[in-house]
Amino acid sequence: MIGAEFLGMIMLIVYVGAVAVLFLFVVMMLNVAQQKNQWFSSAESSKHIPVGLIISTVIFFELLIVIGGWKYKPDLFNIKNLVTDNDVSNTHSLGQVLYTDYIHVFQISGMILLVAMIGAIVLTFRQRIGVKKQSYLKQISRERSEGVQVLNVEFNKGVKIDD
Amino acid sequence: MLNLIKGLRLMINIGLGHYLTLGAIIFTIGIIGIFLNRKNIIVILMSIELILLAVNINLVSFSIYLNDLTGQVFTLFILTVAAAEAAIGLAIIVVYYRNSGTIRVEEIDKLKG
Repeated sequence: MIGAEFLGMIMLIVYVGAVAVLFLFVVMMLNVAQQKNQWFSSAESSKHIPVGLIISTVIFFELLIVIGGWKYKPDLFNIKNLVTDNDVSNTHSLGQVLYTDYIHVFQISGMILLVAMIGAIVLTFRQRIGVKKQSYLKQISRERSEGVQVLNVEFNKGVKIDD
Repeated sequence: MLNLIKGLRLMINIGLGHYLTLGAIIFTIGIIGIFLNRKNIIVILMSIELILLAVNINLVSFSIYLNDLTGQVFTLFILTVAAAEAAIGLAIIVVYYRNSGTIRVEEIDKLKG
């Protein structure tokens, strides 16, 4: 909590409420539990491990530079730089900027969400064949002439239906 | 509450460097997850989410440090794009699993020819 309360709550809601649940559903839907986790056992997968270790070492050294940043910039760990004025709340000031200066980007992000939603629905939509559904239009627009038929039944012969 | 938070700040004395370190650690975890796990495509997607989260942490901490709200606004947009990306990626995975019956990374080689 360095003063970004709104983003902290949004992170919690989006990641726990949306993304984690999404991943959970997909893991539940596809039975990936049968795949065995063999990271170091098989020989063919160990091809990638040196590359990964090299890259992670490079990034680890970058991390060390980040940690050692106090040497070159002594006020990096200073707390006074992180204190903001508490007159206006974080959510309030964010909203003041978001809906004025960044309104176009905001609307574009809304469009991105809409496109993602429609895309996900279209991708996973499946038309099921053989499912009998109720059609209100057919039921209401049914006439007496096509529903009931009056026949003269001859004696001892019966009526042939469903021909 | 505010006084409590201020007191905690003074007590723990967390600065910008700690936040940057946290972001770097999460970023490294994401990179290592991508490189070490070449089996499960869902884990790769989760690692991409971790990388985006690290970028978000960096943006927020620098936004507070420089007293500029632009970083937080951009974090909001990155969050939006990340959520959309996760939804689309998982939908593609579901469709692929339905069509081919597997999502193992080494068996997805139809484009190899």
